[in-house]
Amino acid sequence: MNQIVLILTLLVYLLLTGYLGYLGYRRTKNATDYLLAGREAHPFIMALSYGATFISTSAIVGFGGAAATYGMSLLWLTFLNIFAGIFIAFVIFGHRTRTMGYNLDAHTLPELLGKRYQSRFIEVLSGIIIFLFMPIYTAAVMMGLSQFLAVNLNISYEVALFVFSAIVAVYVIMGGLKGVMYTDALQGTIMFVGMVILIVLTYTRLGGITAAHESLTKLNPFVIELFGKIGHQGFTSMPAFGSNLWWTVISTIVLGVGIGVLAQPQLVVRFMTVKSTRELNRATLVGGIFILFMTGVAFTVGAVSNVYFHNESGMISFLAAGKNVDLIIPLFIQKTMPMWFGILFLITLFSAAMSTMSSQYHTMGTALSRDIVDTILKRKSTMSLSRIGTFIGIIVSTVLAWGLPRFYEAGSAIIARGTSLFFGLCASTLLPMYVGALYSKKITRTGAIAGMFTGFFVSMFWFLFVHQAESKVLGLCQALFGKPALWGHPWNVVDPILIALPLSALVTYLASRTSKRTEISHLDLCFQGINNQK
Amino acid sequence: MLGLHDPWIVLVYLLCIGSTLLCVIYGLINWNRGGEPMIPKNKFVEWEKEEEDLEEKS
Repeated sequence: MNQIVLILTLLVYLLLTGYLGYLGYRRTKNATDYLLAGREAHPFIMALSYGATFISTSAIVGFGGAAATYGMSLLWLTFLNIFAGIFIAFVIFGHRTRTMGYNLDAHTLPELLGKRYQSRFIEVLSGIIIFLFMPIYTAAVMMGLSQFLAVNLNISYEVALFVFSAIVAVYVIMGGLKGVMYTDALQGTIMFVGMVILIVLTYTRLGGITAAHESLTKLNPFVIELFGKIGHQGFTSMPAFGSNLWWTVISTIVLGVGIGVLAQPQLVVRFMTVKSTRELNRATLVGGIFILFMTGVAFTVGAVSNVYFHNESGMISFLAAGKNVDLIIPLFIQKTMPMWFGILFLITLFSAAMSTMSSQYHTMGTALSRDIVDTILKRKSTMSLSRIGTFIGIIVSTVLAWGLPRFYEAGSAIIARGTSLFFGLCASTLLPMYVGALYSKKITRTGAIAGMFTGFFVSMFWFLFVHQAESKVLGLCQALFGKPALWGHPWNVVDPILIALPLSALVTYLASRTSKRTEISHLDLCFQGINNQK
Repeated sequence: MLGLHDPWIVLVYLLCIGSTLLCVIYGLINWNRGGEPMIPKNKFVEWEKEEEDLEEKS
């Protein structure tokens, strides 16, 4: 690839990003601007920002590689990404979140929950969970981006990590959520263009949609030979029901990520950035199309890449990429696409990583400053404190991404589990009380707290001792009991979200039935303008 | 259908497109609908003044 063209394109992209960050800074005048983009974001910007934050590099490269290995069954995740992650999130949750957030003058998800349940404890604890566990999810995104940059720009991992963290840090700290959302909109547009071209070129190269799928089906015996024992039944078939692979695909990949997205604080906050539900209605249209072209394209291209690799080398993608799943998509692009697209795709991946990182930085910062410090000190936050909080969050996650692989043998493997760890924890601890806050006047503060604790402890237990993908790399189960997981199949492949979320919801409901009801006057304030809402 | 033979894969392929269409149709039908009044203009002035006061105090 032509290095000079790549570096020049990257510079233009960074200049544009810098300009938009500066624009965000110029337009940020108060805490509401800094935390919620002034509650007047354009629906197009809001939808692209939501989508670009949602989709990181690993969703395209990592999960695209997984689709190349496990096949088209991963499209169930795309379906959930669109149906749950956009339609349900925007229509069922978004409308009420925006209105209740405005009624209660809430600026973050923990603040919304804290004010809805009249509990500073809920706000602080939610803030602590976010601030403690989000850095490892952020580190996962940072590590992916830095490894990618190191290979493509011929620089060291450390230089890539520190330089790009610093670039993103500047526009997040200075521009707040306006800076984040403006840059997200640019990055989201680049991602969309890149992925549209990718699917068109891929299907064209393989002879069209039907021909590509037919050729892929013919390769089924090759992958069954490799992974048949764990339940693989072919690239264009579902894994065998109840097999290890079925549980991994359905519980961890499809449900873990697909449902986990509903309680992501960096996404929920975007519903509160728009002026009215009209903007959310418009954003639903943009968001649905955007996500189809993100994971839908990545998973389809990942799967059909097998046809290309088999035609060229006689090997399926997994073997052609030296059994490194993360290499499959970049290798496919490098081998099949014209040079100009290779550069565009690199910028697409930078955009995907930077847009996710910027929102993570912002959310960690607001969790520390507004949800933890200000709530404990019982005062209103200023922009300055939010900036300091964001700065501390950035330092913590950068040090994690740099230090954990360096000083701890299993560091990289732990960071690689960061996304599922954070998604699982957020869903189990926050989702039941979030749904209760928006839809039930009967869920009480005691119920919310009990459900939160249940979700947290059950999730942590499952991560540490049962779900082998995490328990093995975390090592505590091995140290205490001499084995990587307490129980065998199927428990060791059942994702924590499937156990912790229903338990947390059940405890929230039962504890609410036996505890003191919330005052009617407070509920009236929370639900003002909601019951007659379209 | 579409070169796919497993009905679950055909179903999910169509569901991906169908759920996108659902978002598009919902967005178009409700393009100008919004259940509640916009944020009054004086709120923005209020927020700005509050920020100035807070920064001065700290």
